[in-house]
Amino acid sequence: MHPALQGLSIIIFGVTACVAYFALSNQIVDKVLFPPRGPHAGRNINRANLVRPWLFLFPALCAVGVYLAYPVVETLRLSLTERVPGGGIQWVGFDNYVQMSKEPKFWEALRNNILWLLVVPAGATGFGLLAAQLTDRIRWGNIAKSLIFMPMAISFVGASVIWKLVYDVRPADQDQIGIFNAIYMFMGGEAPLTWLTMPVWNNFFLMLVLIWIQTGFAMVILSAALRGIPEETVEAAIVDGASPMQIFFKIKVPQIKTTILVVWTTITITVLKVFDIVFTMTNGQWETQVLANYMFDKLFRANDWGVGSAAAIVIMVLVLPILVWNVRNARNEMR
Amino acid sequence: MDNIAGTKSTLTWVTNISVVILVALWVFPTLGLFVSSFRTTDQISTSGWWKSLFPSEQTVTLRTAAPDTQVQDGPLFVIEGALLEDGQDATIRSWGISSRAVDAFVPGEVAELRKGGTISVMANGRYRMEHSAAFTGSRGQRVFLGTTVAPEFTLNNYRNILFDPDNIEGMSQAFFSTLTVTIPATIIPILVAAFAAYALAWMEFPGRALLVAAIVALLVVPLQLALIPLLKLHLGIGIGKGYLGVWMAHTGFSLPLAIYLLRNYMVGLPRDIIENARVDGATEYQIFTRIILPLSFPALASFAIFQFLWTWNDLLVAKVFLVDATGETTVMTQKLVELLGTRGGNWEILATSAFVSIAVPLAVFFTLQRYLVRGLLAGSVK
Repeated sequence: MHPALQGLSIIIFGVTACVAYFALSNQIVDKVLFPPRGPHAGRNINRANLVRPWLFLFPALCAVGVYLAYPVVETLRLSLTERVPGGGIQWVGFDNYVQMSKEPKFWEALRNNILWLLVVPAGATGFGLLAAQLTDRIRWGNIAKSLIFMPMAISFVGASVIWKLVYDVRPADQDQIGIFNAIYMFMGGEAPLTWLTMPVWNNFFLMLVLIWIQTGFAMVILSAALRGIPEETVEAAIVDGASPMQIFFKIKVPQIKTTILVVWTTITITVLKVFDIVFTMTNGQWETQVLANYMFDKLFRANDWGVGSAAAIVIMVLVLPILVWNVRNARNEMR
Repeated sequence: MDNIAGTKSTLTWVTNISVVILVALWVFPTLGLFVSSFRTTDQISTSGWWKSLFPSEQTVTLRTAAPDTQVQDGPLFVIEGALLEDGQDATIRSWGISSRAVDAFVPGEVAELRKGGTISVMANGRYRMEHSAAFTGSRGQRVFLGTTVAPEFTLNNYRNILFDPDNIEGMSQAFFSTLTVTIPATIIPILVAAFAAYALAWMEFPGRALLVAAIVALLVVPLQLALIPLLKLHLGIGIGKGYLGVWMAHTGFSLPLAIYLLRNYMVGLPRDIIENARVDGATEYQIFTRIILPLSFPALASFAIFQFLWTWNDLLVAKVFLVDATGETTVMTQKLVELLGTRGGNWEILATSAFVSIAVPLAVFFTLQRYLVRGLLAGSVK
C-alpha cells in the first residue's frame, strides 16, 4: 500500500477506534453494567463514577506506560546486563559503567555536556530577557519578536545546515562565503579558520546554534512575565528617581525570578537531550562529543546496548533534580 | 509609558537601534541560506551571498571576432560585433586593451591599437575596429571589460530538488515521507490526551494527584532512555521499523506534554457550566464531547502546532524507528544529514534542500503564531 494511503487509513482507523472505544465503553458502563435506575440506582451511580475516570484514562496510561515508564525501568535493567553472542542476556552488575568510565570519549562528552549546561541556558535566557525588555518598549516590537522567535520553527538539522554555511571555510586565496570567515579576513586575519575543528572553541560554536534557537522561546515567556509586573512598582521607582538600568535589574528582574528559573530549567532539559546539532555538524569529532550523541554512537555504531543504556541512565540522572523540582512545584500548585 | 517622566528620547533611539541589531543577527543566518538557494553553483562558490543582493563589479577578459570576419567599408577595414551575450544584464563601466591598464578607457572612447588602427567599445558591449589596412593575424583583439552585473537569481535549484524525477537526491519522496509521519502522529495523541486530561481535570477519583505528578515527571524523561527498549519491543512484536512504529512512538512520547497542557487549560474552564450540565442529566461523555472539546479549542490548536513542528523537525525518532536500509521511508531531516555527508560543499543542493524542509514549519509558524505563543505560556508559566 502507498504510504500516503496507509497514513490516511491509519488516521481514519485511529480516530474511529478512539472514538468508538470511548463511546462504547461509556455506553456499556451507563446502560449495561451500572444503569442509574432500578433497585440499586444509587449504588450503580457511585460505581459508574468509580470506573469512568479509568475508562477515560486507559488509552493514555497504556501508551505512556509502554512508551515512557517501561523504558525507564528496562533501560536501567539493560545497563546492568550484557548481550551474549548467540542471543540471551547476561547480568554483569556495574561492568558497563566501569567500562564506560574508562573511555576518554565518555569524559569528554560529560565535560562538554557540563559546558553546554552552563553556557546555553545562560545565553538563551540572557538574550531572551534582553530581547523581551527591548521589544516591549518599541512600536514594531511584535514584528521584531516574531523574527527572533522564528528559529523555534526550524529543525535542529535545518539550523545546522544554516550555521554550517555561516562557519564555511574557503582556501585563503578565494573569497570567503561563510560570514564568520569573511568578517575574520576583513578584520585582517591571516588565514581563514576552520571554526568547527578547533577543539574546545568549536563547542561554543555549536552552542551558538542552540542559543540562537532557544532565545525566542525565552523571550516569549519572559516578555509575558514582564508585562505581568504591576505598573505601580515601576512608576514608584521612576518617581524615586531610579535609572532605567536600576528599574530593570532591581525592580523588574526580581519580580519575574520564578519565570526566569522555569525558562532556565526548560532550556536545561533541552540541552541535556541535545543530539541533532552535534550529530549533524561534527558527529562528536574534534572533541565535541556530548552524552546523547555518545549514547547513539554506542547503540547504533558500536552496537553495544549495555554501555549505550548506561549512558542513557547518566542523562536521566542529570535530569533527575529538575524532575523532582517540577513534581514538587506541581504538587504545591494542586493543593 | 511613552510620555511619563524617566523615558528619554535618546533612550528610545538606543532601544530601537539595539532591536534592529538583535533582529538582524537573528535573521541573518537564515536569510543567507534562503538567498543561497536561489544562486547558481558558480555564484555561491565565488562570492558571499550577501554580495549577491547588490550589483557586483567584475573584470572579464574577452576577444573580438577574428580578422577573417572583417569587411571593407569604403577605404576602411572594419570588424564589428558584440562583446556581451544577448540578454546578459550587465553594463560596462570601463574597458582596456592592455593587461597593465584594464580600465584605461570609458565606453565611447577610441583607443589606438598597437598594430595600427583603432577600437571603440560602447556601454552595451558593441565594439567597432577600424584600420586603413587589412587586419592581420588569426585571433581577435583582447579586450578587458569592467562590468557591473545586476543581481541574478534562479529557480533551477528548486526545479532540480523538487520536480526532477530522475534526481535520486531530490527531496520530493522524503517530503511525502515526512508528511506521512507527521499527520497521524499529530492527530492521534490529541484525541487520546484530551480524554485523559478531562478525567484528570474534572473527575474525582483516588490517585488523581499521584497521576498528575507522574505526568509532570514523565514530561522531562529524556527520549534517549526509550530508544533501546522500544526498538527491542517493536522488533519483538513484529512491527519492526516503519510508519506504524514511528506513529506509535511519537504518540507515546508526546502524551505527557499533551495531557499536561490540556489539563491545565481544562481546569481553568468555568465550573458552573460543567456542574449545570451534570445536574441537567448529561453523561460525562456528553459533557466532554459537547462542552469541553469545543471550549478547549485554543489549547488543542496549541498542542497540535507543537506536535506538528516537533514531528516534522524530528530526526532521532525517525532514525531509530522508521528509516531502514532500503531508504524508501527517509524523512527530510535524515536526507539532509545524508546530503551534508555526501555533498558537503555543494551549497546550492544543501541550501535548497534545507529550505524545502524548513518552509512548511515556517509557514505554520507565521500563520499560527498566536496559538504557539499561547501554548508556550500555558506550558511553562503555570
